[in-house]
Amino acid sequence: MDKTTILDQLPYSPPFLFVDEIYSVNDNSISGGYFFDSDLDFYRGHFKKAPVTPGVILTECMAQIGVVCLGIYLNSLENMAAENSHFALSSTDIEFLKPVFPGEKVRVEAEKQYFRFHKLKSKVEMFNEKGELVCRGIIAGMILKSNNSGK
Amino acid sequence: MSDNEIISRLKKIVEPYVQRTEGMENFEEETDFLNDLQINSANLVDVVLDVEDEFDIEIDNDSMEGMLTVGDAKSIIKRKMAAG
Repeated sequence: MDKTTILDQLPYSPPFLFVDEIYSVNDNSISGGYFFDSDLDFYRGHFKKAPVTPGVILTECMAQIGVVCLGIYLNSLENMAAENSHFALSSTDIEFLKPVFPGEKVRVEAEKQYFRFHKLKSKVEMFNEKGELVCRGIIAGMILKSNNSGK
Repeated sequence: MSDNEIISRLKKIVEPYVQRTEGMENFEEETDFLNDLQINSANLVDVVLDVEDEFDIEIDNDSMEGMLTVGDAKSIIKRKMAAG
């Protein structure tokens, strides 16, 4: 599966798509990027007079690249199509080190810790354009078949 | 390894993942991971990975799917240990 196919198979659309590009992917790791446009709606409220990207959005961006995009790729290796899957976030443990302001572009690097029994757990890091680490942590999710209710 | 030994090691493994702690008071073969202990499917994966490390065995997808109770887990562990 190539990098653009992964993006095509993502189950998100704006305003909740936080992946622009996949730079590289293999069965162990993935790297991707996203540009935080200053027009994104949440900046109006977080914070009222000092817009900064919310930690939950940074977490979501890391999860979309490090767990969902990597999961779509790993599933393709097992001939499981993304349209027959759904994704459920199961845990996050993230440390936020630096703010990400409107108009910044980030790079997310993730490494698979394990992919067993439909659960993918990744070690994920996010960097700004200066190459500084802005957040890091562990994110896990379940990749379930659509006919499975999931718990 | 005796059944009791396996169950007591298993109890230690599942403890951090249990949502319903009353379920741990009677930790026995009939104890059901999802209903009695309220361990969700994502955490059950971690239980299984910890079981693999603790008992030095490998658990396949079919065995995982059949692991609903403490007794199921014990039987699978015994079978895999005997095979290994």
